[in-house]
Amino acid sequence: MACGTIFRIKKFALHDGPGIRTTLFFKGCPLRCIWCHNPEGIDPAPQTMQLRRPEIVGKSMSAEQIMQAIEQDRIFYDQSSGGATFSGGEPLFQPHLLEALLTVCKKAGIHTALDTCGYAPAKVFDRLAGLTDLILFDLKLADGPQHIMYTGVDNQIILRNFETACNQSIDLRVRLPLVPGITDTDDNIQAIGRMVGGQRRSLPVDLLPYHRIGEHKYASLGKPLSKNLKPYPSQTEIEQIRSKYQEFGLAVNIEGIS
Amino acid sequence: MNPRIENLLRKSKNAPVTISDERARLITRFYQSGTAQHEPVVIQRALAFRYIMEHKSICILPGELIVGERGPAPKAVPTYPEICLHSIHDLQTLDQRSKVPYKVPPETFEVYANQIIPFWSGRTMRERVFAHMSPEWMRAYQAGVFTEFQEQRCPGHTAMGDKIYRKGFLDLNTEIERAESNLDYFNDPEALEKAEQLRAMRICIEALIHFARRHADALDAAAAEESEPNRKSELVQMARICRKVPASKPETFWEALQMYWFVHVGVITELNPWDAFNPGRLDQHLSPFYQQEIQNGSLTREKARELLQAFWIKFNNHPAPPKVGVTAQESNTYVDFALINLGGLTSDNRDGVCELSYLLLDVIEEMRLLQPSSMVQISKKNPDRFLKRAIEIIRTGYGQPSVFNTDTIVQALVRQGKDIRDARCGGASGCVEMGAFGKEAYFLTGYFNLPKILELTLHHGFDRRTGQQVGTGLHHPETFTSYEKLFDAFSSELAYFAKVKIRGNNIIEKLYARYLPVPFLSLLIDDCIQNAKDYNAGGARYNTSYIQGVGLGSTVDALSAVRTHVFEKKNLSIHELIQALDDNFEGRQKLQEILLHHSPKWGNADPTADETAVEIFNAFFRAVEAKPNTRNGMHRINLLPTTCHVYFGSVTGALPDGRKAGQPLSEGISPVQGMDRQGPTAVIHSASKLDHIRTGGTLLNQRFLPQVLADETGIKGLVHLIRSYFKMDGHHIQFNVIDCETLKKAQANPDDYRDLIVRVAGYSDYFVDLTPELQEEIIQRTAHQKF
Repeated sequence: MACGTIFRIKKFALHDGPGIRTTLFFKGCPLRCIWCHNPEGIDPAPQTMQLRRPEIVGKSMSAEQIMQAIEQDRIFYDQSSGGATFSGGEPLFQPHLLEALLTVCKKAGIHTALDTCGYAPAKVFDRLAGLTDLILFDLKLADGPQHIMYTGVDNQIILRNFETACNQSIDLRVRLPLVPGITDTDDNIQAIGRMVGGQRRSLPVDLLPYHRIGEHKYASLGKPLSKNLKPYPSQTEIEQIRSKYQEFGLAVNIEGIS
Repeated sequence: MNPRIENLLRKSKNAPVTISDERARLITRFYQSGTAQHEPVVIQRALAFRYIMEHKSICILPGELIVGERGPAPKAVPTYPEICLHSIHDLQTLDQRSKVPYKVPPETFEVYANQIIPFWSGRTMRERVFAHMSPEWMRAYQAGVFTEFQEQRCPGHTAMGDKIYRKGFLDLNTEIERAESNLDYFNDPEALEKAEQLRAMRICIEALIHFARRHADALDAAAAEESEPNRKSELVQMARICRKVPASKPETFWEALQMYWFVHVGVITELNPWDAFNPGRLDQHLSPFYQQEIQNGSLTREKARELLQAFWIKFNNHPAPPKVGVTAQESNTYVDFALINLGGLTSDNRDGVCELSYLLLDVIEEMRLLQPSSMVQISKKNPDRFLKRAIEIIRTGYGQPSVFNTDTIVQALVRQGKDIRDARCGGASGCVEMGAFGKEAYFLTGYFNLPKILELTLHHGFDRRTGQQVGTGLHHPETFTSYEKLFDAFSSELAYFAKVKIRGNNIIEKLYARYLPVPFLSLLIDDCIQNAKDYNAGGARYNTSYIQGVGLGSTVDALSAVRTHVFEKKNLSIHELIQALDDNFEGRQKLQEILLHHSPKWGNADPTADETAVEIFNAFFRAVEAKPNTRNGMHRINLLPTTCHVYFGSVTGALPDGRKAGQPLSEGISPVQGMDRQGPTAVIHSASKLDHIRTGGTLLNQRFLPQVLADETGIKGLVHLIRSYFKMDGHHIQFNVIDCETLKKAQANPDDYRDLIVRVAGYSDYFVDLTPELQEEIIQRTAHQKF
């Protein structure tokens, strides 16, 4: 049976798709976003984090073990129309495990959501997207060189996969991380707004404003913070960005600061 | 809230809690007079009640809409020397203790020294109770294996049904006449006792009607002096109401509230029953009056709201009777546990949520009072809208209303042999105790210290704290060669202590039946009149005695740790473990760490811990279930602690789960504090393994931070969490939505707050896992929310 590395299993997740969910965090990510708030999810191998006590993050688990954790909360999914969400890191970075889990969940009648940066070979993406009930698709920067500068990879393949997802009948939500001065420039908002708003179907959008929750993790992993980023001083700035996106006819939800 | 209510509320909140010697003086004078000394006890009690109701002071406060106080003024708390006679030392303690004090006026000390103590000394129920208990009972009681509810307060734990809204007290006379005409002196050897009981009930009817008339007279007098025309006409109307109820049945919303309130004051003046008294299904009872009056235009929603608010304040004016000693420790609060039930089902199995249910929730939210307590009953038939509205109040961090599963309550009551319609009209009173309202006398008899029994089992029945042999001494640790043998020993000690407790209960019940009958309360609960039998003697339709298990979570974790380390991994011998416990883990920190952090823990959907919990539950159930009481009823279990888990913790030594001696035990069926690390669904998963339907109530506490419930997603999440728990037949769940003070404590003592969930930003996390800076930031955010 398929195996993989998971760095966290979050029960009673309410913000990773509809209803009460169990979110599985896959360890390992092809991107190096400078704002990453889950830096412990980047390296595919287990590593030690210096928390109150030193803790090993990342555990090798079989699909069977993971399914046990997922199945445990089935009554909550049934009640709330919830399910399992695969996040990370990047779940598409461990395609065998993901495929096994998506297949078993489908058979078991458990709703699945895939929280992805979209960076995966077309073949992998098409195959796994087809097995998923809902995709939470992160779009960061529309401009290629900028995308390389801030995430370490080119966005061609991401945009290609996004188009594919849009043209399929899968449920799709677009997640836009708002990083002050980086992803919230007028140029980027215009480009992404056009891209999302120009699709044949209307796509719901979640704005994810930058927060500092991840910062302490860098130190405990012995990593330097790549840039001194600041969160939005107030809700007003975020609301302004929301209205800009709304001009493209999009339904925009602000996640987070409540 | 209008200015009148604001004013009454302020006065109620600011009133100091004091001891009033009025009732003690009156009852002493009555018994000293000797007027009733040749009457049977039940008649004496009825005459004493009438004497008090005829002579106690009448209190009518400016602006009040509902009248009647137990004491001479709000929060002036009477004493009940016939049950528990406070010594001068007790009064000093009550007056001076830092937690839950009752201020004692200087003249009360004198009254007690000169009148009350000399008369009642040697004649109280408390002395009788202890004098009748066996040496085994006394040793177990002193060791803290169990407590005794009836040593300072009389049996209570009941709630009013709908009878007083259908019948006035004069109509009850007709019921008594019918019962009298059925007396059969030819065949029934108890016919004379029954006749006396019925005569006593008649005296109590007169007493309450007289009490109401005294209020009517006082209101008329106040009206005559009142110059403000609105208040004048209000006083006139209130006088009219007090001449009508309780003699006749109420016909308006206002009359119905005043009717209940007179009855309430009557019950808590006659004696000091546990959990005061309780209107029970208030929305169901009042809805017909409300609907009719709204339709015919004689009542507005606003007037109804004002009357309900005035009614709420009356509850707040009545702190629990003063408790001392162990009883003060097991229930250390002013709250007297009148628990208003909303929602649920109607007797014919329809959705009981009505317009008034929502209005009552508004009142609960606006009043934000310590008393009365409130809860919502949620059946699968009740709408989510109702539950959501309740959660909106819960999330304000006030801990009310708590949430109950009607479908489980109904099944549990039916399992106990009750008629299904009676079960649907029931609910929960006190903390979580279920009963058939208006038809059942369900006595809580005492908390039962499950971890202490494990401690004694590991020590050959010897209690190190009191230096006494408390357990059977039949099971020596030498013989614990397998986990099963240890568990059998625990289970057999548990059965032994249950037996000791039940023997005591059956004596105490008889003592109350014989020496302290309650003819007034007997008028209210079916079928005491028809049976011509007292509430305390088994006159009610259903008669249950409960023993309340405490520390389930601590026992589960302790036994699971022994099972894992001693018998499965075998990295520790039973003697080594017992030695470490005796040393309170001094010098064994590493072992303590393993027990605390590397053992199966209840509340994490851990198969070992959950299986252990079910085994303990079954052992407790077998030890208590269906053992007969003296009232033609049975003993049953429930699982709740009030504040007893702290007292029991203080008398319990170190436990194999890594808990040090003296620390509090787990409460209700909740996990050990801070040991549930897998989130609320795992807690619910574990809690659902217990068969709630075979209990008389279980208590589950969950803690959340306001941020978790700040948005619609959070509220919906909680709705689903509750509905899921209830699908699995969970009985009760309550939520603490916590403020900044607690967060600061959590920062200082993170190990005690491991399960505290915070909504951070776009996701939730355990508070103690966040950086100090982020913790500080969240504390500041919460503080902003408060204003």
